[in-house]
Formats: sequence, structure tokens, C-alpha cells
Amino acid sequence: MMKRIVVGIKRVVDYNVRIRIKPDGSGVVLDGVKMSVNPFDEIALEEALRIKERAGAEEVVVATIGPSDCQAQLRTCLAMGADRALHVLSDAPTEPLTTARILLKLIEREQPFLVLLGKQAIDDDNGQTGQMLAALWQRPQATFASKIELGEGKAQVTREVDAGLETLEVDLPAVITVDLRLNEPRYVKLPEIMKAKKKPLETLPLESLGVAPGAHLTTVRVAAPPQRQKGIQVENAAALVATLKEKGLLTS
Amino acid sequence: MSASILIVAEHDGTTLGAGTARCVACAATVAQAEITVVVCATDASAVARQAAALRGVHRVLTVEHPIHAHPLAAAIAPQIAALGGPYTHVLGPSSTFGKDLMPRIAALLDTAQVSDIMAVEGPHRFRRPIYAGNAIVTVEVPADTKVVGTVRTASFRAAGVGGTAQIEKIDAPVEPPSHTRFVSTSAAKSDRPDLQTAARVISGGRALGSAEAFQMLYQLADKLGAAVGASRAAVDAGYAPNELQVGQTGKIIAPELYVAIGISGAIQHLTGIKDARTIVAINKDPEAPIFEVADIGLVGDLFEIVPQIEKLL
Ligand SMILES: Cc1cc2nc3c(=O)[nH]c(=O)nc-3n(C[C@H](O)[C@H](O)[C@H](O)COP(=O)(O)OP(=O)(O)OC[C@H]3O[C@@H](n4cnc5c(N)ncnc54)[C@H](O)[C@@H]3O)c2cc1C
Ligand SMILES: Nc1ncnc2c1ncn2[C@@H]1O[C@H](COP(=O)(O)O)[C@@H](O)[C@H]1O
Repeated sequence: MMKRIVVGIKRVVDYNVRIRIKPDGSGVVLDGVKMSVNPFDEIALEEALRIKERAGAEEVVVATIGPSDCQAQLRTCLAMGADRALHVLSDAPTEPLTTARILLKLIEREQPFLVLLGKQAIDDDNGQTGQMLAALWQRPQATFASKIELGEGKAQVTREVDAGLETLEVDLPAVITVDLRLNEPRYVKLPEIMKAKKKPLETLPLESLGVAPGAHLTTVRVAAPPQRQKGIQVENAAALVATLKEKGLLTS
Repeated sequence: MSASILIVAEHDGTTLGAGTARCVACAATVAQAEITVVVCATDASAVARQAAALRGVHRVLTVEHPIHAHPLAAAIAPQIAALGGPYTHVLGPSSTFGKDLMPRIAALLDTAQVSDIMAVEGPHRFRRPIYAGNAIVTVEVPADTKVVGTVRTASFRAAGVGGTAQIEKIDAPVEPPSHTRFVSTSAAKSDRPDLQTAARVISGGRALGSAEAFQMLYQLADKLGAAVGASRAAVDAGYAPNELQVGQTGKIIAPELYVAIGISGAIQHLTGIKDARTIVAINKDPEAPIFEVADIGLVGDLFEIVPQIEKLL
């Protein structure tokens, strides 16, 4: 059996874009906005490529669920070095539980020994898909990974937790979600972009997978957060300390 | 209809985590809520007593099993899912513990999750941040569906103590899997206040330039009884350990006083401090975005200003 890694890729608003909220409060303006691969997913892909480069895997498959525009991001992933791309076509955004169900279908088909996802998508900031997938697949999960060491049939994963770092050992196959400090993704070079055009990209209609695109949550409204007001400027350290004392902020 | 809410306790084996009391406070804002806290541990007695003392808690359940010596989502989730049937809501804190665990529970219960609940608008209607807090969405869970959620702890004040809930020990409902094993943790123990609950936080950015320079902030923090935080750039450069990171991918905090020193104020950082009562910024660049949100700004060189402040305290 081919030693394969599947990497989940989500197309999101580029992290440098200052988002705008639609005046009717129905959502965030996406028309004409720069879209990119979710930054955590780039890190997941980079890790998969490094594992393959040190002969820890034979094939890296990227998978996305989303509208046809997602192919641009999949091509970027192929240019980074992924071998193959799977695109499950869904015009409506899928919630994490549905996304996890769809990914599970792909996993049943691809039989990977490792599934790498981002720890969260920076649009909806849900942070759910990996854990849900692991639950449905009845396999181990290791979230917020900052180090992954593969062994025979198992992996040691260092996780960034509130208290510091935690190391788990998980049997493979497993789902690992990655944190920012795991690695620094490579830049794509021009010849790679050309080569990527010839790599296989398979589109699967959502209906063909037999997963109902169930929506569980409804969006009532999207609003801007309360804005903080710009405050005062002080001249020097003495004035700062005096102001803080006056406001009673230096003693509890 | 009344709500019956199950809260998964976070703890280290002896002490109940601060986030749990904030989950209780969040749950208590749901009308007619009956609140149960569940403690999964090897020996749950000490933690259960602390949970039972939280005001608003009606009942504490304990599930004791050797596998719970360390919190493993793969071991806890099936047990909570097995218990979860009768509850209308299952909540946990939006800490790394809760973020790891709750979606696994939600999937086993075949339901969606509401992440980072910051306000309760109704038993099935919640507000939560998206796009790193640059938008707030109100979401609704269908009325006949169980709510699984994580609670953005910075949005709620901890429930007080003085309660006397019943503690009930129950058998582990299912045998946990063995495919996930704890190996080790490396947590820097410090006597400083905990970053997530401290009233005052002194935070440093890339401008500090070295781990040695960061010592200056520790000294200042100790004089103020403050916790120390850091920007991602400072953590990535190795000036501060990763558990000090504040922001979208670090800790979301709401101290009375936040002092940002040599931090530019990237949106991902600001997400972590939006709920701070007073923000102070010290930065040599008068155009730094941090000044747009700071209540008190001081333009200047931190290497001059920080020692001056320390002397004045
Ligand atoms: C997906 C994603 C998630 C992220 N999550 C986080 C997060 O959780 N937290 C976070 O902090 N960042 C996060 N970031 C990174 C963020 O975008 C910024 O890069 C980071 O916050 C910058 O850190 P900084 O302000 O310390 O450094 P810089 O932006 O380099 O700012 C340094 C500041 O110090 C000032 N300065 C320099 N010298 C002095 C001096 N001598 N005295 C006074 N001031 C001086 C400069 O004027 C400047 O404003 C994330 C990024 C991404 C893409
Ligand atoms: N539509 C999608 N297609 C493929 N992978 C996804 C999709 N949505 C989420 N993921 C993966 O799941 C991770 C966590 O997403 P989320 O749970 O939405 O925060 C992302 O970083 C991706 O790796």
C-alpha cells in the first residue's frame, strides 16, 4: 500500500486583507478580495512535503471542499510540491462537521497513514474540522502540533498548549492539526508553477460522495466589533506613571 | 423550556482551571439553566469540591479512570458523549484543552459546535468572533438540536464561590481507546500571575531584540504584580517562550491593564487584547497601529522608558 499523506486545504481571505462587513449584515465582502491558502494549511502541506522528502511518505495529496475558484489555491499547492489534488465541488460553504464527513469519504478512498490539517481556518476561526474528522474516523488526534516525529506505525507529536508544550504518542493513521511554529513554508518558484499545470487535479461533485450538505448553524447577522477609541498621549515615563496612578491601575 | 447544561471541567489533577468558573458564568446567562460540571480524573475529589463550590452549579459528576491522569481528548470525548444525551448544552472553555476536546465531543454527538461563545443571546443564539475578531457573528443552533460550544473565557467574569452542589461519582460509561498516549509536558513553572487571569499584563514585542532584554520586562512585571506576555514575533525569535504569546493564535486575555512595549499592533495581536480595560502602548514609531487602540500612548525608545518607569514605581 502506498504511504500517503492527505492535507486539507481551505481557500480563505488572505490574512493581510482588512475585511469589510456587508452593509446589510449578512456576511463579509468576498467579491474582488484577495484569496489565499489558509496559512495553517500551507504549514500542513510544507510538513507533508518534508516528510516525503526524507522518504517518510510516497505521495502527498491535497484536498479541498469549495467552489470552482478553489482550483487556483490547489494549483499553488501543486506548485509547492503536492503530487495530486482533489477538489470536492461545493458552491455553498460547508460547516466543519460536514467538511469532516466529506474528508472522511476521501480518506476511505485514499487510505492515508497521516492526515494533516491546519489548527484553524482564519476566516471562520472554528478550529473544529481535524478533531471532528478524528472522531468520525475513530482515530487519534494531535492538535496544535509544533513538532512531528514519525516512527514505525506511530508518531510523537509536540503540541502547543496553554501551559507550554505537551508531547503525545499516537498510533497511525492519525489526524494532526498544525500550529504556526511547526515550520516555515517554502516559496513557490516559477518553473514549479508551470509544472503544476500538468499535475492531476480531480474534481468530484459533492453529490457523488453521498454526504448531505447539512447546515446546522444559521447566521443571524454579522457586525463589526465594538471599536476602541484612540486615547491620550503622554510625554514621558513620569507622566505615564502619574496617569496610571491617578486611574488606580497600579494597585489592585 | 429550561436548559440543562453540562460543563467539562479543566483541571491539572488538583486544581480546577480558572476557565471553568467562567464557563459556569456563561452557562448561567442561559435562562433557567441547570448546570452540571463533570470532572474526569484519576482521583477527582479535590477538583470536584472546587467545582461544587462555584455559585450556580447544581451538580458535580466525577468520572474516575487511570487514563485521565492527563487530559486526552480521545479518552475524554467518548465518555462525555455517552453522558451528554440528556443535556441541552455541553460546554467547555476555549483554552487549548477545550479547543482540542469539544469538537471531538460534538462530532460524536453528531452536532455542530459553536466556537468561542462571547455572548449568549438566547438558549440557542450566540455571538462569536470570526476573522480574528474583526467581525462578530450571531449564530443560531436549531431549537431541537443539542448545543456544543467553547466559551471565550475572556468575555465572562468567573462565577463566585459559596455554592454547595452535590457531588456524584459515576462509572466510566465507556472504555476509552488506547491509541493515544501521553508522553510528557514541559511547562515552565513560574510564581508570576497566570497570563490568562492576571489583572495586569506587561507584554513585549520584537523590539526587545533578545531574551536578555526581556528580563527587563520580567522585573517590571514583578514590581507591578503583573503577568508577562509577548507578541508572536518575540516568541518566534526566541525572546520569550510560546506560552506567553498573546493574540489570535496565542492567548485571548482581558486584564485591567495591558502594557504593550515595542509591539506594532498587528490585527492578530490586537485580537488577543480587545477586551483589556486599559491599553498602554510604548513604541518609538508614532504611526504604529497600536496607538489607534491604546488608551494611553507614549512615543519613545523602550530601552530608555522602561528603566525610568521601573525607578518611578
Ligand atoms: C495566521 C497568523 C496568526 C498570527 N497570530 C499572532 C498572534 O497570536 N499574536 C501576535 O502577536 N502575532 C500574530 N501574528 C503575527 C502578526 O501578524 C505580527 O507579525 C506580529 O504581531 C508582530 O510582532 P511585533 O509587534 O512584536 O513586531 P513588529 O511588527 O516588528 O513591531 C515591532 C515594533 O516595535 C517598535 N520598536 C522598535 N524599536 C523600538 C524601541 N527601541 N522602542 C520602542 N519601540 C520600538 C517598532 O516601531 C514596531 O512598531 C500572526 C500572523 C499570522 C499570519
Ligand atoms: N473546505 C475545506 N476544505 C478542505 N479542508 C478544510 C476545509 N475547511 C477546513 N479545512 C481544514 O480544516 C482545518 C481547520 O478548519 P476549521 O475547523 O474550519 O477552523 C483547516 O485548516 C483545513 O486544513
